[in-house]
Amino acid sequence: MEVATAAARVYTGARRPNIGWRLCLIIVAIAIAIPVLVIVATLTQPFSDVWQHLIDTVLKDYVSNSLLLMLGVGLGTFILGVSGAWLTAMCHFPGRGFFSWALLLPMAMPAYIIAYTYTGLLDFTGPVQTSLREYFDLAYGQYWFPEIRSLGGAICMLSLVLYPYVYLLARVAFMEQSTAVLEASRSLGRGPWQTLFQVALPLARPAIVAGVSLALMETLADYGTVEYFGVSTFTTGIFRTWYGLGELQTAAQLSALLLLFVFVLVIMERWSRQRMRFHHSSTRKRPSRIALEGWRGSMAFCILFGSVFFGFLLPAGQLIQWALGNWQHSLDAAFFQLMLNSFLLAATASVCCLLIALLLGYGKRLHPGKLEVSAVRISGMGYAIPGTVIAVGVLIPFAWFDNRVDELLRHYFDFSSGLLLSGTVAALVFAYVVRFLSVSLQTVESGLLKIRPSIDESARSLGHTPMAVLKRIHLPMLRGSLLTALLLVFVDVLKELPSTLILRPFNFNTLAVRTYELASDERLADAAAPALAIVLIGLLPVILMTRTMMKEGTE
Amino acid sequence: MPGFFRSASHALMAITCATVASLASAPAFSAKEVNLYSARQEALIKPLLDSFTEETGISVNLVTAKGDALLTRLKSEGRNSPADVLLTTDAGRLYRAQEAGVLQAIQSDYLEKAIPAHLRSSENYWYGLSVRARFIVYAKDRVQASELSSYEDLVGKQWQQRICIRSSSNIYNQSLVAGMIASKGEEETAKWLAGFVPNFARPPQGGDRDQVKAVAAGQCDVAVVNSYYLGAMVNSSDVSERDAAAKVAVFWPNQEGRGTHINVSGAGVTASAKHVAEAQKLIEFLAREESQKWYAETNMEYPVSPNVAPSAVLNSWGDFKADPLDVTELGRLNARAVMAMDRARWK
Repeated sequence: MEVATAAARVYTGARRPNIGWRLCLIIVAIAIAIPVLVIVATLTQPFSDVWQHLIDTVLKDYVSNSLLLMLGVGLGTFILGVSGAWLTAMCHFPGRGFFSWALLLPMAMPAYIIAYTYTGLLDFTGPVQTSLREYFDLAYGQYWFPEIRSLGGAICMLSLVLYPYVYLLARVAFMEQSTAVLEASRSLGRGPWQTLFQVALPLARPAIVAGVSLALMETLADYGTVEYFGVSTFTTGIFRTWYGLGELQTAAQLSALLLLFVFVLVIMERWSRQRMRFHHSSTRKRPSRIALEGWRGSMAFCILFGSVFFGFLLPAGQLIQWALGNWQHSLDAAFFQLMLNSFLLAATASVCCLLIALLLGYGKRLHPGKLEVSAVRISGMGYAIPGTVIAVGVLIPFAWFDNRVDELLRHYFDFSSGLLLSGTVAALVFAYVVRFLSVSLQTVESGLLKIRPSIDESARSLGHTPMAVLKRIHLPMLRGSLLTALLLVFVDVLKELPSTLILRPFNFNTLAVRTYELASDERLADAAAPALAIVLIGLLPVILMTRTMMKEGTE
Repeated sequence: MPGFFRSASHALMAITCATVASLASAPAFSAKEVNLYSARQEALIKPLLDSFTEETGISVNLVTAKGDALLTRLKSEGRNSPADVLLTTDAGRLYRAQEAGVLQAIQSDYLEKAIPAHLRSSENYWYGLSVRARFIVYAKDRVQASELSSYEDLVGKQWQQRICIRSSSNIYNQSLVAGMIASKGEEETAKWLAGFVPNFARPPQGGDRDQVKAVAAGQCDVAVVNSYYLGAMVNSSDVSERDAAAKVAVFWPNQEGRGTHINVSGAGVTASAKHVAEAQKLIEFLAREESQKWYAETNMEYPVSPNVAPSAVLNSWGDFKADPLDVTELGRLNARAVMAMDRARWK
């Protein structure tokens, strides 16, 4: 194997056909890394006195709360996501077909929206506690009830909406696992549980890690939920430093530290599995599913139903109830414009992300040199930074570029170009790519990892160019991963708020903006209609994915 | 399946065309226009802007976002910024904008007459447009009005575990503390915070409406909230909100002393403005009597102009003496207020 790779390298090196790929890869990766680099560059600026104040007072809380939050959400998404993926991909029980797509539903629910709905339900003044008090004739302080607006509550909310990342990636990985490996394990006397823990999970590790790290990065970037719950995390600290103390530079430095932390985590994870290989050879015939009968089947049903119910049905029901109360206020001509804007933005950004992820992921496969690998790694770091901070990282270089161009034109031609890029949809889409590239990149890369390099090698030795290998071999094999990447980014952009708010052109609104504005003014009932619309549009790609999954399931 | 690649790029092309088309179909820019960066959200400003356009023929282009984000955008766009007017929901952000040099002074006799001096910049960089008061609400059945007197008085054993207030990340709490620093000094304020914060009935959470609901439900006995949230609850379409609002009463703090803390929403013309005359016209429009009435009736805010009567709901809470402090001070002392609250462990 090693020899084969080396031979292939000598071979490609002799023909040197790939200088274009390399150049493209590095230029694109650097362009996308600019906003992140702008943020990191603030670390070279002087540290203001505010730092001392932060260290003396609140920094400890920020760090410990963020770590606890990560730990909780990491565990939560792992358990919910992997159990869903394993049960629907590998087992047979009543409702399996339904759950294989229904488990994706919570993805369409923005985290801060689910936080609002659960607070409405479970808060001290909400219907659940009120009826408990009335029924048992209790008053405040006479009984114990879990406090929804707490660190634990935030962990639950984020886990419920973020587990689909793990589910999707793990499911694709389980489905693509070869029958032979799993059946070998079974025939060598391992039970289903042992097969799961000793064979399937380790084999699916890149996909599961990709899913969990996406969930964790999103957790670190989350502001809406933790702010509403009054949990002081590193991210709320960034905004408090910016808005409250008026220290944008210190806030950017805090973000840069957050970024370095994530970077170290990613590197450590890569390093710990650098000697492992995850591709496997053999046909993709469906392995026979493990039949869960009797109470096992019911258990599986209940576990998965819990995920779908608490992650989607219950909060969506609450939204519908709110929206029905005053849909007349919400539905007007402008509302359909909002839906169109949201849809087009999400579609454009997800296609852009996918194409760039393919370029970077495949380019890296062709040339896994140090330079290429680190360029790709850095370009995917935007996901862990709060959207508003990324937006600032986009704003500053774009405005700088526009103003330089304008200056030059004024100087030489006495003509003002004004702002060319700032405040355009293009700037907005660029920001989305910076923020969400990681999602499509991780998905595409974990898909590519599962394709044996020997396939590339045989195809290349038969005279195919790298582009032809990509088109004729990788794309068909990657189909599931590519669709997943499209879907994830689409839904993410649909829900995206902070960059949209600050970078958008005049008179340009999206559903997320409308939802947020109403919710932040504490008009939850009015916010319900646009929130529901986000969920509904988010369902479109879920349905699309489902059909593909079904087809693959019957192949 | 190589078709996937092709169809993806076709889809991209189609989407790009559609995006361009949908942008191009946006209303064409008319000759007379004014570009507004607004921290006040669309629903709470658009109706006024529409009637401005109807009356003057000047169309208004709008971007809304958080005040600090808009300020950063304004700063980095520099002299080429398209924005003509910056509108914020608190004086602190206007002060920061003025300090950052992105506003310009405008002379307007109309605005000087309509808006009291302490609610606008002394150098005419910005003008307050509506007043928000931060008052105390209390549970009618558990608290007597006579037990209350001022913000400063909410310390000590008798209020232990009885106070609800939202997070110190909230700008209105930051302004409240900044106002106290302005009148009492930093040391007194730190002492007050050390007595006030331990009296919270629960860790700060939720918004102002949540504090009112918590008082109504018995989780705490008093709460410090902004006037317009209670007003919105009184008028809410949601029965539970109206019920909660009915269970609490309003107390105007500090009537014997400096007066109840207030903040303003306001606007200024940007330094880079290309439509200065239109921008000034818009601010004057927002300051006039009909617009002030609209704020009072639709969003339960108090008019800046003492000559305009507030709405029926606002009247039902009675007259009050507002802190005459120059609201610029709230912006100047904001960072120190946040630090003081950090030190007092007010989450």
